[in-house]
Amino acid sequence: MIQALIFYLFASVVVASALMVILARNPVHSVLWLILAFFNAAGLFLAIGAEFIAMILVIVYVGAVAVLFLFVVMMLDIDFTRMRAGFSKYLPFGLALGLVLAVELAMVGGAWVFGDLALDARAAPVPATQLSNTQALGTILYTDYVFIFQMAGMILLTAMIGAIVLTLRRRPGVKRQDISKQNARTPASAVTITRPQLGAGVDTDAGVQG
Amino acid sequence: MVEFFQTYLGADFGWLVAHVILILLIALPVMLVMAISTWMDRKVWAAMQLRRGPNVVGPVGFLQPFADGLKLFLKETVVPSGANKGVFFIAPMITFVLALVAWAVIPFDAGWVLADINVGLLYLFAVSSMGVYGIIMSGWASNSKYPFLGGLRSAAQMVSYEVSIGFVIVTVVLYASSFNLTDIVESQRGNIFGVVNGNIFNPLLFPMAIVFLISALAETNRPPFDLPEAEAELVAGYQVEYSSMTFALFFLGEYMNVLLMCALASILFLGGYLPPFNWEPLYMVPGVIWLFAKIVFMFFVFAWVKATVPRYRYDQLMRLGWKVFLPLTLFWVVLVSGWLVFSGHYGAPILSGGLS
Repeated sequence: MIQALIFYLFASVVVASALMVILARNPVHSVLWLILAFFNAAGLFLAIGAEFIAMILVIVYVGAVAVLFLFVVMMLDIDFTRMRAGFSKYLPFGLALGLVLAVELAMVGGAWVFGDLALDARAAPVPATQLSNTQALGTILYTDYVFIFQMAGMILLTAMIGAIVLTLRRRPGVKRQDISKQNARTPASAVTITRPQLGAGVDTDAGVQG
Repeated sequence: MVEFFQTYLGADFGWLVAHVILILLIALPVMLVMAISTWMDRKVWAAMQLRRGPNVVGPVGFLQPFADGLKLFLKETVVPSGANKGVFFIAPMITFVLALVAWAVIPFDAGWVLADINVGLLYLFAVSSMGVYGIIMSGWASNSKYPFLGGLRSAAQMVSYEVSIGFVIVTVVLYASSFNLTDIVESQRGNIFGVVNGNIFNPLLFPMAIVFLISALAETNRPPFDLPEAEAELVAGYQVEYSSMTFALFFLGEYMNVLLMCALASILFLGGYLPPFNWEPLYMVPGVIWLFAKIVFMFFVFAWVKATVPRYRYDQLMRLGWKVFLPLTLFWVVLVSGWLVFSGHYGAPILSGGLS
């Protein structure tokens, strides 16, 4: 009973907040609703006993990815009157697009057949081991699927390097700090103690005088 | 205690009553210690600057935090007219609630834990990584430039240092081969030749303890990394527009996060509720007192750093996080796991199906 209650609580909040993501006027509110949806999806994972996935979902999506989303969206300067200006002009096109998508979705849903493999997997009993699901995931990921796992990592790394290469540009004339060079400075290389003669001044380029 | 209530009140209702009492038993002392910790913070800080600190309200100013709390409680809550009301009020609540719920998995003694879950450490990490929302939301909702800048700084800073905290946690988890906090504490029992308790005495983990301490300072926005609230540039950063109880919630949440990081450092590196030495008479002192002493010690270190170190510049902060700590901790994970495989310490035998 309590499990069903928890499922319906989390599930309804996920659906409601996902709806609010597209209904909210303010894009920052949209992102905040999205975060609530992520968080409650993690709750759903917890309800089926997948605690590792649930925590990773919160750490990665809520704690890192969504923060960067929010970071970018917060800095958008949005003019609401301009955004609503062409509403009636684009309405027929938007409606047509939505209709096509809805029909496609309905066709996909109508033609859906469960594969044998999926039905077998659902029918198979959960192995009654003493493994916590962190260990179970680890033993599968790093033994049977290690190649695919490493491939996924390499693809992500390539994407990251690509993004950095695309945005990194070295502008001329920018003064950069070299921390090791700064730390290597000693009083001997940075300070000159002079005793200038009256009226003669100090020539800093020539080093110590007088 | 759960069984006691279940015998008298029935299985479900008794469970509920017992857990509500347990939650209060954790939350109320944590809040009390938090109030006293603000007093201790100011006293330590004052002593290092040859001042007296708070000394008027109560004996040696001990009641100062309660007087401050009362004052804040009685003040008027001012809401800026341009603020985004809903988000403006939710932000301090998020900070406070997240700082409080994290204590659910902290083991105060062997078996003294509210939720003894498998992924306790990941839970703590998740809760502390969500702490950034209180700050970033308050910065945006205030609709004012200083809070906004503070919120942006804080978001970038906390995300950066979470990465290195994550890797530090992985090195400890490799040794303990469990995410459960009680298991992590127990894995430190006599971990160096049966003499001392605590990962910090492990030469391989000692550098990680230092990295964790520095990252924890950055994660909780404490000096020298208090750029989100740098008073010289941003007045008070994200909390400029907050007053009365909304400010108090931020203040409490911040100190509670500091205490939480102290507790986490104690559990990961100082042996949690175990005494520092694996010597029989020391075990006669209850574990909760050892944990408390370690938390107080770590809090003293936090206050010490606050009193002595000047604030970082923002680019230096980012350089430290991404160019120093990230490669170092990443390398250290490889080093620790390599050493563990080399020395034949595989943790619990998971492949042979024999978990106790």
